[in-house]
Amino acid sequence: MRKILSTALALAAGLALAGMGGVQAHAADKKVKAAWIYIGPVGDFGWSYQHDQGRKAVEKEFGDKVETTYVENVPEGPDAERVIEQLARAGNDIIFTTSFGYMEPTLKVAKRHPKTFFEHATGYKQAKNMATYNAKFHEGRYIIGQIAAKMSKSGTIGYIASFPIPEVISGIDSMMLGAQSINPDIKIKIVWVNSWFDPAKEADAAKALIDQGADIIAQHTDSPAAMQVAEARGVKAFGQSSDMISFGPHAQLTSIVDNWAPYYIERVKEVMDGTWKSTDTWAGLKDGEVQMAPYTNMPDDVKKMAEDTEAKIKSGELNPFQGPIYNQAGELVVKEGEVLPDKDILSLNWYVKGIDDTVPGK
Amino acid sequence: MLDAAIIGAVLASIVAAATTLLLASIGELVAERAGTLNLGVEGMMIVGAAVGYAAAYGSGSLILGTIAAMLAGTLLSLVFAGLAIWLAANQVASGLATTILGLGLAGLIGSPFVGTTLTAAPALHIPVLSDLPIVGPVLFGQDAFAYASIALLAIVAYGLARTRAGLVLRAVGESHVAAHALGHPVRRIRTLAVMFGGACAGLAGAQLSLAYTPFWASDMTAGRGWIALALVVFSAWRPLWLLGGAYLFGAVSILQLHVQGFGLGIPSQLLSSLPYLATIAALVVISALKRGQGAPASLGVPFVPDR
Repeated sequence: MRKILSTALALAAGLALAGMGGVQAHAADKKVKAAWIYIGPVGDFGWSYQHDQGRKAVEKEFGDKVETTYVENVPEGPDAERVIEQLARAGNDIIFTTSFGYMEPTLKVAKRHPKTFFEHATGYKQAKNMATYNAKFHEGRYIIGQIAAKMSKSGTIGYIASFPIPEVISGIDSMMLGAQSINPDIKIKIVWVNSWFDPAKEADAAKALIDQGADIIAQHTDSPAAMQVAEARGVKAFGQSSDMISFGPHAQLTSIVDNWAPYYIERVKEVMDGTWKSTDTWAGLKDGEVQMAPYTNMPDDVKKMAEDTEAKIKSGELNPFQGPIYNQAGELVVKEGEVLPDKDILSLNWYVKGIDDTVPGK
Repeated sequence: MLDAAIIGAVLASIVAAATTLLLASIGELVAERAGTLNLGVEGMMIVGAAVGYAAAYGSGSLILGTIAAMLAGTLLSLVFAGLAIWLAANQVASGLATTILGLGLAGLIGSPFVGTTLTAAPALHIPVLSDLPIVGPVLFGQDAFAYASIALLAIVAYGLARTRAGLVLRAVGESHVAAHALGHPVRRIRTLAVMFGGACAGLAGAQLSLAYTPFWASDMTAGRGWIALALVVFSAWRPLWLLGGAYLFGAVSILQLHVQGFGLGIPSQLLSSLPYLATIAALVVISALKRGQGAPASLGVPFVPDR
């Protein structure tokens, strides 16, 4: 069945490229052609949806000076390489590949197409024509950790995680550090669903966590299913990627919103001006790439605390990964007065002290 | 750590997870017993989810949404039937095309509804019985979809085994030439079986978008149609085994989440693969027992009369 499934996916990807599916292109000449590939459907109301909002912002900004294309639902792995290759051959000037697992395929295709610019989101490998960009989601997760610790009555946070990659693990650590800054005894229960997007499974995970005593749900998956479960069960939750308030009008405390538009507009502009360079951009709250949805369903003092923390992170006064930080074995990893360097956050694969669980695969 | 309330809640989650699979696979079982392998289940499900959501959102009625979902699944199944039964095209290719078409169509139909939400189909509440500890919420506190799935299963099990229509349907699936020689309208019977499969898949989609996670998002079926197909093989084409298979898969997929929550330190990748491992193990046991795999003899073979 797996084989049939992968055949189906391959067929789907092939047909999409043949122009029957997700590709939308507009013919013209002398325009900058920009393409995006997404891991999920643009209708996921999460990760891919927000990237597509960025693409739409580029179209709106440059009008008929730009031509955009996107391919949705591209599985990480060999299929991705084929799709990226096709986009490069189709004459795109710049290609944004928006999932961690596209890193190797993007690098391979970038080597074959030295005149095309590639932009890989959330990875760490660059080339002369391949830049990387990411957002400091962990800054937002520190804030939600503090809110969670204030708002939880049971002292247990439930966390729905996707895959054990650095981006997700650093999010868990950052949330825990934020929570511990308020309540050193806070507990976290982590459930890995091993999927970025499977609404029913995310809902099941939320139910399982609530059944086990968590009264605050945080997620690093892409659908609003968990928010809806929290609303139905009368607990609080944090949204992911998009503002999910409509799914949890009484449940959502805030949501960590991805805002890729400024970056995409800037990079496409650079292609137009001929000033594009391979860079490694890691923007956060300060740059508006990570935004917090309005703080709702919480007392004024908690809201004030959240706003203060947000302001401190923006001003640079506070870094979520500032020492002292201990690992699970109790060893001091970051000394007092120091911060964990960016490159270590980007390759983080250990939990901080106080997380009563093990990193999968370790 | 484990009290009655948790056990009841876990069992209730298992019923919901199994219901999706059961609804989709009952219909496919009937289609396959008639000799047609329709790989379009995923596509028919997702179209059901999208149309069902759109209709329920527009009309404010979950019942209308459910009916619309079943009609949509049926309509898409007719695309498959036209290709695979009436034009005798390759069934595997026709089924895959149906799924791809369904995924695309559903994304298009659903796009205006991204980011909206509905009130979920309510759980039924039967006084006294629903309030019993553990068994109350599990047996008497489910939504209508769960009861419909069990009722459908019972009807299909009885119909296939005990009625004349069921006998004819099985005959068509075993030997369409013999059935044709006896004067049975093979292609019409297969079309009806495929339409039934489409309606069931549409119903499964409605369960997802109206009850399980009451919103619309593209690809929200996330491969459940394929699992439903696998379950039909797992069940050796027998309705009661299908019930067991759907509940086994549902149980393992919910329990692994709880095991993770308890932090027992078992790698989550292993736990996530457990439902599949359990299915494979069961398949091995079934084939070792050699008690007739039960695949309909004409399954997947196109029928062209008077050849």
